[in-house]
Amino acid sequence: MTEDLGIWAVPVAMLGGAIRVSTPFLFVSLGECLTERSGRINLGLEGTLVFGAMAGYAIAFESGSAWIGVVAAALAGAVFGLFHGWLCRFKGVNDIAMGIALMLLGLGLAFFFGKPYIQPVAPDLPAISFGWWSEIPQIRAALEVNALFIVGILLAFAMAWMFRNAALGLRIRVVGDSADAARAIGLSPNRVRLWSTAAGGAFAGVAGAYLSLYYPGSWNEGLSSGQGLMAVALVIFARWNPVMCLFAALLFGAAGALGPALQTVGFTSGYYLFFAAPYVLTLVLLIFTSSPGKAMEGAPGELSITK
Amino acid sequence: MHTKLNRRSLLASSAALGAAAMLPGRTLAADNLTVGFIYVGPKDDFGYNQAHAEGAAAVKAMAGVTVIEEENVPETVDVQSTMESMIQFDGASLLFPTSFGYFDPHILEVAPKYPDVRFQHAAGLWSADKHPMTVGSYFGYIGMGQFLNGITAGHATKTKKIGFVAAKPIPQVLLNINSFLLGARQVDPEITCQVIFTGEWSLAVKEAEATNALADQGCDVITCHVDGPKVVMETAAARGSYVCGYHANQSPLAPEMYLTGAEWNWADVYTGMVKTVMEGGTIDNFVRGGIADGFVKMSPLGPAVSDAARAQFEATKAEIMKGGYSVIKGPLKDNSGNVIAAEGQAFAEDDIALESMDYLVEGVIGSTS
Repeated sequence: MTEDLGIWAVPVAMLGGAIRVSTPFLFVSLGECLTERSGRINLGLEGTLVFGAMAGYAIAFESGSAWIGVVAAALAGAVFGLFHGWLCRFKGVNDIAMGIALMLLGLGLAFFFGKPYIQPVAPDLPAISFGWWSEIPQIRAALEVNALFIVGILLAFAMAWMFRNAALGLRIRVVGDSADAARAIGLSPNRVRLWSTAAGGAFAGVAGAYLSLYYPGSWNEGLSSGQGLMAVALVIFARWNPVMCLFAALLFGAAGALGPALQTVGFTSGYYLFFAAPYVLTLVLLIFTSSPGKAMEGAPGELSITK
Repeated sequence: MHTKLNRRSLLASSAALGAAAMLPGRTLAADNLTVGFIYVGPKDDFGYNQAHAEGAAAVKAMAGVTVIEEENVPETVDVQSTMESMIQFDGASLLFPTSFGYFDPHILEVAPKYPDVRFQHAAGLWSADKHPMTVGSYFGYIGMGQFLNGITAGHATKTKKIGFVAAKPIPQVLLNINSFLLGARQVDPEITCQVIFTGEWSLAVKEAEATNALADQGCDVITCHVDGPKVVMETAAARGSYVCGYHANQSPLAPEMYLTGAEWNWADVYTGMVKTVMEGGTIDNFVRGGIADGFVKMSPLGPAVSDAARAQFEATKAEIMKGGYSVIKGPLKDNSGNVIAAEGQAFAEDDIALESMDYLVEGVIGSTS
């Protein structure tokens, strides 16, 4: 028997939503954070995410293992990232325009190759139950946590540590802040950016695999509702800080669960408005955290939007 | 009205000139009919579009018919250019734009430009005094299927709460929600139905969230009216809720939890319409049919359906097969207390009043706005 939680159903649903819905936002925004820290923008991650979702689902179905699907999605994403990184090294190639082109390419390829995989049912990623301590089924359901979510959290802190303390992180930051300074100490900006973009693409591919293999857990053409695009915006909102990306992604996931949860406790009118909650929240936070003097604080100096 | 001279129409008219020079009288050949099907989503979505595409496949198998299809066409000006290109390029003279939102203004805009082309729209409300005679609307009384779904749900639920994931509060969706609950109330008048609107026909993550929210509320039988029910079926079954299908047979997705489902049966309807046109006849502008007419069918009952449920399901279905069955009948109130039908008043399945439904009946938890 489920218990009637009354109004408490809303925070429980938001907790569950934060855990279930945030993972794709988290991975894409971490990937974009890494890429942008190296001084390049990849707006094509929406396409990479959808292609990763398709590739992950297809490979999981063919191989019978969801984890092989995740690896395949990461590889597919890395290939997209490498392609973007390779093209953008040429003089006169605009990374923003290129990213949009790659987004459309990724969507088109995913729809084309994904046709035969809409009907079959691929294995899902397993979930870990953290709700064993609770008697309440809703809490148990909310605390079904996918391993990728935990990996994402660890990754956010690892990246933050890397940017601050590790040689690799410092190299990426130097390249991102000043290509001239990087060259002066013997780094090749193009090479660093190439691999940062590839890694960013791989993260976006994993985000796609989460969508198709765990939640909602099936492949179809309407699977992504713009998670890849929103995550790019989240990076700016998070001021290029991986830990802030984590909080931004959680906030987005929780706000997204608000609409359906409020309908179940009786707030039945104006649900279109509640569905806009994540976006309204972002706007409000941006307004309150902004100041004209520090608009670009934290932004890598080499980004084409700041130059 | 103005005719836009775009690249498409320019190319098409020059192509038509060339074709006319080479093949005089091509359009007169009655034994070659080109039929266009337009879908709002992918045609293998386990749902609405798949049901139509299965009908189109049956038409494709007919002799002397060429079928052209386009999927993922948004309910925007895009569908107008798809229709025009099917007419001008492919020579289609019978079109099936299958999504609700294609009708107004898109079909109404295009139809007067091509008086020789027949437009058959699923679900639209065609009326003789407002709309062109070359436009027709057809639909099935699938609410009856949801009523039968509700009977199996009423037997299966233990919490006395059932759930409905709905896309938009349009009359067809509201009728389905109301029918689902009223079916369940045939079994136990204490049952309530929680509805969640997602706002769009296809939004995978939101549908999954809505299904989880229903399961959190204790709904242990869940059905839906969205374009592709795959996500709802899989998510609900994973949460341990029984599911009732919609649009097409989804039992492969949740074989143990699937009770039954309301499915479209467009193959007979479409081949019949195409045959009429090929024989030189005219399709009625307003075509409707229910389970008795073969427009709608039920999925085979699943393993979780009890004997008592099976008996009541079969008995009710036999009643419906006689035609003119009423789901909405008095005494009945809506969920804000207004009287929908007084004692003795009944709306039969073919009552046109049902097609402008704007209420949720008593026992449905939710709101139409």
